[in-house]
Amino acid sequence: MKFSVMVNEGPYTHQAADTAYHFTRAVLDAGHEIFRIFFYHDGVHNGTRLTTPPQDDRHIVDRWSELAHDHDIDLVVCVAAAQRRGILDKEEAKRNGKDGDNIAPGFRISGLGQLIEAGIEADRLVVFGD
Amino acid sequence: MLHTVNKSPFDSHSLQTCLGLAKAGSDILLIEDAVYAAMSGTAVTSMVESAMSSSTIYALESDLRARGIGSEKMISGINLVGYDGFVELAVTNDKVQSWL
Repeated sequence: MKFSVMVNEGPYTHQAADTAYHFTRAVLDAGHEIFRIFFYHDGVHNGTRLTTPPQDDRHIVDRWSELAHDHDIDLVVCVAAAQRRGILDKEEAKRNGKDGDNIAPGFRISGLGQLIEAGIEADRLVVFGD
Repeated sequence: MLHTVNKSPFDSHSLQTCLGLAKAGSDILLIEDAVYAAMSGTAVTSMVESAMSSSTIYALESDLRARGIGSEKMISGINLVGYDGFVELAVTNDKVQSWL
């Protein structure tokens, strides 16, 4: 079965980023497919590679990047939510005249159409947030 | 339909709203702070118990454990599931509604 996941809460806030991650792992462990993970609202903070938690804490951003790398998962950050919160890839940084970018490996910035498509293409869309 | 609730019933009305709107035969999964609703002897225990006559209530075991809620503190008849059980519930139900 094909799943899409939506994450609406930032990392290290309540628990949604962790629940979404563990759910995604369980989906893959059960032999199902993840079509896409869409990060919206404060969820876009899951996609900055500048995150530096203490060494004995879980690294929520790296965890997503590794999952994307190991299982070829499409991690999409909403462009409008990202711009408001300072999440930029090279292209967006250049377009907005910023001095750097911070998108984490495995993430890409795109629009809400990607969420709609995720809902249409997957058999289930499961939402995590605050 | 699978309904997931993630807020404590002592913080938010989302569980109450969910239980009020869920059709008979629904599966309701308590995750994150919503697992406090699985405790016996609280102000919401009777609301949860009466919902159990028409719906099946589940609670995520790791979130219960993280909050020190053992089976002796729980309403009997609530089903414990792991993340694998969460996925299974999402598969067997045709839709998942998250009450955020």
